[in-house]
Amino acid sequence: MDLRRTLLFIPGNNPGMLQNGGVLGADAVILDLEDAVAPLEKDSARILVAHALRNVDYGTCETVVRINPLDTFAHDDIATIVPCRPKALLIPKVQSAADIKVAVELMEKAERPGQEPVKIIALLETPRGLAEAYSIACADSRIVALALGAEDYTASIGAQRTSSGIEILTARSLVLNAAAAAGIQALDTPFTDANDETGLLADTQLARQLGFSGKLTINPRQIDIIHSVLNPDTKDISWAERVIKAIKVAAAEGSGVASLEGKMVDAPIVARAERILIMAQRVGLKGAAQ
Amino acid sequence: MADICKVIQSGTLESSDIMITISPARKDSGIFIELESNVAMQYGDAIRATINQTLAEFGVKNIQIKAVDRGALDCTIRARMLTALSRAGITLNGELF
Repeated sequence: MDLRRTLLFIPGNNPGMLQNGGVLGADAVILDLEDAVAPLEKDSARILVAHALRNVDYGTCETVVRINPLDTFAHDDIATIVPCRPKALLIPKVQSAADIKVAVELMEKAERPGQEPVKIIALLETPRGLAEAYSIACADSRIVALALGAEDYTASIGAQRTSSGIEILTARSLVLNAAAAAGIQALDTPFTDANDETGLLADTQLARQLGFSGKLTINPRQIDIIHSVLNPDTKDISWAERVIKAIKVAAAEGSGVASLEGKMVDAPIVARAERILIMAQRVGLKGAAQ
Repeated sequence: MADICKVIQSGTLESSDIMITISPARKDSGIFIELESNVAMQYGDAIRATINQTLAEFGVKNIQIKAVDRGALDCTIRARMLTALSRAGITLNGELF
């Protein structure tokens, strides 16, 4: 299970931020060649990000590069960035499975012999992209996550962004369902007001309740708040451990179904409990329930 | 062998960056580097070496360079040099490293 609770955007033409991106505590950094870079500086940022990937130690932080849309600078971005071995590309404004096929062809051409295939996170931020979410999620085995970009999406449908997020409930649900159906991760849209910590907390709690396990992040100050919501708490871990214990006891007695505190424990419940324990172990919380 | 025909700039004056300005020079005038850096005493030679090495790779022999350094890492200096050379019309051939 990949651990992507927070994916922090780093402007691609800012050397100071690029060199420090790995120490801020996010699970992944997104070195951004798209919105954070002015059109006349695309060449400069592309070369700088390529050098950062080759020379900066990002430690356990997953390196993701947001390239430009496929109808703008993506071809040059892929040709330069992919040989530098980022873990994944975040491809913006994906509209269809055909877009993914185009990107994959370019990536295959750019990869060096023996290079580990670069993964793909598809950013869905248009009405058509959301309508095609499942076919996009299934378009290629490189795709590890779908992410929602709500700002462009709400602008496209004529909705206004609100703190409650009611206008993106359908979009969030479409991304979640498509990702779950394809067996990949769903990543929530960023919370864009970096100064509103209360709003971020509520927005992340809603995202978790809906099923998101990760969130795009625009400011290092948001990382701890998002982690605090998306990490399993001691209650979750304790419940998961009791579930696993109950199913083991049932299995020893020859049954595939167990009961815990009067409630049935079957395969989906066990799978959820296992996910919680794996996550707890990954973030160093295993044993916290005792 | 490559000649630079116009004045080109890359990079910024922000912390950890370096601003490179390259200008044409007369034939056989060589490479002239004007370096401004708060850490020139400690790292001036290293910065010049990175600039010279990048020029050598692309066969640039006559050029004037003004480099205003704000504490850039070696890879940033090289990236900004490559950007400047590319903007001056030199093909990088995808071999940036």
